[in-house]
Amino acid sequence: MNKNYLDIIRSSKPAQFGILLIIFLFLYHFIPQNEGNYFWRLPSLLGFIPIKLNEIIYAALYEWFPLKVYDPIFEMYEEKAAFREFTKSISKGLLFLITFVRELLLGGDKIIDIFVSDAWLKENDWMSWPALPWTAATVGAFLLGYQLGGFRLALLGGIGSLYVSIFGNWVPSIQTLSFVLITTPICFVLGLSFGIWGYLDKKVETALQPVLNVMQTMPQFAYLVPIIALFGLGDHAGSIATIVIATPPMIRNTILGLKRISPEVVEAGLMSGCTKRQLLFKVLIPTARRDILNGVNTVIMQCLAMVVIASFVGAKGLGLNLKVALNSLKIGKAAEAGFCIVLIAVILDRFTKAWANKQVDYFENLTFFERYKLLIIFGISILIFSVVAFIANGYFDKINYLYVIPIEKGFTFAHYIDAAVDWVWETFFYSLNSFNKFLLTQVLGPMKKAYLGMPVAATLTLTMGVAYIIGGIRTCLLVGGMMLFIAMSKYWDRALITMYMATFAVIMASLNGIIVGSIFAQTQRGSKFILSVCDFFETFPSFVYLIPVIFLFNITDTSVLIAAIVYATVPATRYTVWGLNSVPPSLHEAGTMSGVSRMQRWTNIEIPLAFPTIMLGVNQTVVFTLQMVILGALIGTEDLGQLIFGALSRAQDGPGVAITLGLFVSLMAISVDVIVRKWAEERKKALGLD
Amino acid sequence: MKKLLSLFYTLVLLAGLSTVAKAADPIRIPVLNWSSQIVMANVMAQAFEELGYEAELVPAESATRYEAVRVGELHVAHETWESTMALPFYAAMDKGGLIDAGSHDLITFEEMGVPNWVIEEGLCPGLPSWEALKSPECAANFATPDSEGKGRWLEGPYEWHTEVMPNRLKGLGIDDLWMVKFAGTADALWAELEAAKKEGRGTIIFNWSPNFTDAAGFTFIDFPPYFEGCRLENGGTLETTGCGSPKGWLKKAAHIKFPITHTSAYKFYTKMEFTAPNIGEMANYVDNEGMTHAEAATAYIANNRDQIDLFMK
Repeated sequence: MNKNYLDIIRSSKPAQFGILLIIFLFLYHFIPQNEGNYFWRLPSLLGFIPIKLNEIIYAALYEWFPLKVYDPIFEMYEEKAAFREFTKSISKGLLFLITFVRELLLGGDKIIDIFVSDAWLKENDWMSWPALPWTAATVGAFLLGYQLGGFRLALLGGIGSLYVSIFGNWVPSIQTLSFVLITTPICFVLGLSFGIWGYLDKKVETALQPVLNVMQTMPQFAYLVPIIALFGLGDHAGSIATIVIATPPMIRNTILGLKRISPEVVEAGLMSGCTKRQLLFKVLIPTARRDILNGVNTVIMQCLAMVVIASFVGAKGLGLNLKVALNSLKIGKAAEAGFCIVLIAVILDRFTKAWANKQVDYFENLTFFERYKLLIIFGISILIFSVVAFIANGYFDKINYLYVIPIEKGFTFAHYIDAAVDWVWETFFYSLNSFNKFLLTQVLGPMKKAYLGMPVAATLTLTMGVAYIIGGIRTCLLVGGMMLFIAMSKYWDRALITMYMATFAVIMASLNGIIVGSIFAQTQRGSKFILSVCDFFETFPSFVYLIPVIFLFNITDTSVLIAAIVYATVPATRYTVWGLNSVPPSLHEAGTMSGVSRMQRWTNIEIPLAFPTIMLGVNQTVVFTLQMVILGALIGTEDLGQLIFGALSRAQDGPGVAITLGLFVSLMAISVDVIVRKWAEERKKALGLD
Repeated sequence: MKKLLSLFYTLVLLAGLSTVAKAADPIRIPVLNWSSQIVMANVMAQAFEELGYEAELVPAESATRYEAVRVGELHVAHETWESTMALPFYAAMDKGGLIDAGSHDLITFEEMGVPNWVIEEGLCPGLPSWEALKSPECAANFATPDSEGKGRWLEGPYEWHTEVMPNRLKGLGIDDLWMVKFAGTADALWAELEAAKKEGRGTIIFNWSPNFTDAAGFTFIDFPPYFEGCRLENGGTLETTGCGSPKGWLKKAAHIKFPITHTSAYKFYTKMEFTAPNIGEMANYVDNEGMTHAEAATAYIANNRDQIDLFMK
């Protein structure tokens, strides 16, 4: 009899979850809530970590390995730490590169100034690089599009750059573009090198995984503070912040691409007598070209998604304009800058995808003119438009519209957006207000209380129990270790608030995503449409909706959660569509033949089969949600985000606090990831997919 | 891909060259996120250029810029508000590298207050005296769904004054009627002003003057007067911690090498003392007349040529 029960428990997961829930509730109710009780809250044994980290950063910056550096201003030797000189030269180099590209397109004399003396430059004030007229740039974008993907891409590039120019966003767009153009190659080289290293050495790959996970899940604000400490303020700091988040996908794609190469290709290479080096650069990398270039595509998208955040550490361009516009509540203007970012993202996305899919033609036999036809046309058009613009200098008295249309003179639709926001506000304010009241008092308030009332023993039991049931003892220990690390700091209560907001937003976003995704995935056209909507929202800077949500829902948790849900619905939708589209049509037919209704087909065939993919989407949703919940600090929250954001203004102990708390958020995301991934894998096996 | 790589190497080489070559040294001025500060940065940039220097505007964050000034990343920090920025300002000075380049010609005021329409509609009779806040009916008019029936006291971001407001509520003995909510950013404060007006709900927020809200009408609340040491963290007691905010200075910070590297620019900078109407004028060009920040700066200089010339002498 006894044994029988045990067997049921051993084999039935629902029963196991049931028992876990009972234990959890038992602990929840019977552990007394007082500070001295270690089952209620753990002592902050690890409270020293942020301070120690901070000490290390500062010691590295100002004390270790002092060098004697001659200061020509004070005419004396100063002691400077080697590490800081090193980071300083990195900053300088990066800044130079970004300025270089910027000047190349916008004109100026900063680069020339570096190589000649000030006095000489002042005497020779003709020495200035001319700006590239936007007209010529538009032709350039058109031709590049044509070269990569024919007439349609050409039109996209041409119209896009025309739009940016005549709406007066040309200068900030180029500033943003130059930022992307420098950051991307760096991510590319770093990603490729680490990717190859990881591919060649299994140990490196294993060691890389957790580092990449942390880099990708850490809230961006957390590492902005250390970046300011290490690299200072400016476009270069923004670039470094972007490199942190954009390199991991490049590494992953490189490893993935190289691993996918069939052994025959390698053997063919070896048989042809390749050396190791030749094998790598002549055989493996060209074969993995598509995956690698897809990595480049992801990197570019990440760069554009980061532009607003990069402006917090001094990056110029559309991101900064957007931020300043939002600061003065000019939502229309901010949205306009946001559209430009999306537009640039779309153009670069389509261009790089076309580039990735373009096959290298090894047998082409072209003359010089045939090969460089487009480049020559571009050169001629630059020449013509420059001459025209130069001559027109005499015609326009102040602003030469043929070079740049300044922002205040460009077209604008900002007032329409403002009017639309006003209309939404006018129309829905009262109903939204009562909805907000209901949500806060009936749902969020109690939920927050419940989370904060959770004894630490109960929380750990629950998370570790779930991990054990789904993934076994190793997963359990891993998740437990990560949670314990957070629990032993003095920030556990704040972490609980972050968890409460994240839980709510993840559930809502996943439900939204699965429903919306399922509806649109019914037809091919619908899938295509919704995926492009997802593309739009993924690059559209999430900052733009921070202010409207405050208008609608006040400075409350609701505002933060609505923003998080909007933002995090994107991955859930995307993966749902992918999952459903991957269900073979023959199964649909089999279902229909067996006489299932549409609804039955959805619940009994499509969703179960797409489940593993959908779960990966939920995984992404968790990451997106956490990012946005932390960003919610800009609205006003009481969770980890408030402290991370606050660290931005505490130069003294900011870096240590920010990194530690950012790591906490990372660990939360990774814990969920570990469990969900295991679950998805198991389902995949059970369904015979793989 | 090979082209991409070779392009990359060329650029790296160039970058390497640039670090050995002479470094151009423009004056780096921080740009923050409110109009008057950005316009003043532009005014300075244009004036410095007139003096023959090159100026560069660098987007920065309010408090971290003092560390940046200290290590020479920035040359100046031209709007330093006593009550919100004195801490990082003096912390950077303690570490060495930041100097005080004098104050602007005005007294700043930062305090809790209400938009004028709150008083006009009689949502809290007796304002601007703080005694009015003791009435439960008044507090109820300021309640929001998440304030548990208490009035919501919307303070700026926590790191601005940390525990000052919660302590003040305790000191005044009105913490059973009011609860402090920390907004995330200044923008959140302005958005709250708009939203509360729409809802007809009372709102009491942290604000300062001179600010663009002055134009729309904003009244600061009269708290018991501030005196040195009244706050808990300065050795005050629960009796005295109910004191209001001090009237404060608006300082200018500079990097320690700035007077030597850019001599006449530094002289301009120390003589540069703007008044409250000056700052209001700068903000007005942008906030109400819709100019860009650079245009506003040009307009300001054109309109106040004598003043700028005086600073330059």
